[in-house]
Amino acid sequence: MLVFIGATILCFIIWLLFTFNGSIWQWDEITAGIVFSIIAGAITEKVAIKEYRSLSPKKWLYLIAYLPRFFYEMAKANFDVAYRIITGKIKPGIVKLSPGLKNNLSITILANSITLTPGTLSVDVDEAGNLYVHWINVKPEFFEEKDIKCKCRYVCSTFPDWARRIGE
Amino acid sequence: MMWELIYVLLGIGIFFNLLASVGLLRFPDVYTRLHAGTKCTTFGSIFVALAVMAYGLWKWYDGDEAMISLAIHAFFALIAILLTNPTGAHAIARAAYRSGVKPAKAVIDELGGEKND
Amino acid sequence: MNPFMIALVLLSISILIAMIRAILGPTIPDRVVGLDTVNTLVIASMLVFGAATKEVIYIDVAIVYALLSYITTVLIAKYLEGGKI
Repeated sequence: MLVFIGATILCFIIWLLFTFNGSIWQWDEITAGIVFSIIAGAITEKVAIKEYRSLSPKKWLYLIAYLPRFFYEMAKANFDVAYRIITGKIKPGIVKLSPGLKNNLSITILANSITLTPGTLSVDVDEAGNLYVHWINVKPEFFEEKDIKCKCRYVCSTFPDWARRIGE
Repeated sequence: MMWELIYVLLGIGIFFNLLASVGLLRFPDVYTRLHAGTKCTTFGSIFVALAVMAYGLWKWYDGDEAMISLAIHAFFALIAILLTNPTGAHAIARAAYRSGVKPAKAVIDELGGEKND
Repeated sequence: MNPFMIALVLLSISILIAMIRAILGPTIPDRVVGLDTVNTLVIASMLVFGAATKEVIYIDVAIVYALLSYITTVLIAKYLEGGKI
């Protein structure tokens, strides 16, 4: 029931944003919006994953705090890739990371963040939560480092901590 | 003043989009091409969408009321790009690895030898 | 001249360059990467075209195109992996 109400309200807000054209909404637009939102909400309730822990407001605040930091890393990544496209200096390889995350949401957030940041692209993930990352410029320091946490820091800075705060 | 902002945003966007397609030609194998083909186009498209949003908001502020919908719809298109692009790249990379494409010029491959399903 | 039209011309050039990679190959994943890049560039040029002509309908098409092209990419990837679609 909670999923149904939440999805209906979200769909209705998106409908209002889509049909807004400068002036106030007409009544027939609002009626059609309510009907379609209820249909979409009823379908969502059947397929949704019922996990209410991710609804807590603290996690949403963490997500908002994460976005500027993420965008900064992404801008850095793009200048790095631009430099490599122009000069052609690459040293690719696939490395294994063990960030120690447990649930699916946090692993998804981490994998998507890795794909959009400095020269790294997630290729595969196994059942134990180990990520296999294609790295465009493998640093030799990475192999000398023994500590798993420090190993992650070379590839994806502090993203595992953020993913844990948002997802778990 | 607003035209200069739009010029700068469009310029950055077009520069990265052009660079992405050049990188697609220059890089030696699938994985490095994915680096160019997804990161640079995502970043470039963000700036293109920001330029369109700035244009819509500016025209709306100047009195053309219907132009606000241009900005809102461009924002939703931006969210669609941001959500779908990295996931698609991840799917292609995984499919490429499982269909047997090895990374060219690789210095290390820690995934190799462990996967054979 | 409208700057959005100039941007549209430059985006079309980059679509053509990405098309070369989709045609040349050499492996199937290479072509898929080229196709994916072309899709994203087409979405960006639809946004620019909508702003140039001041028509919102092109941006609506761009949203639907983004979601459909994502489904296409994931389906081709699934097919390459050898799983059932």
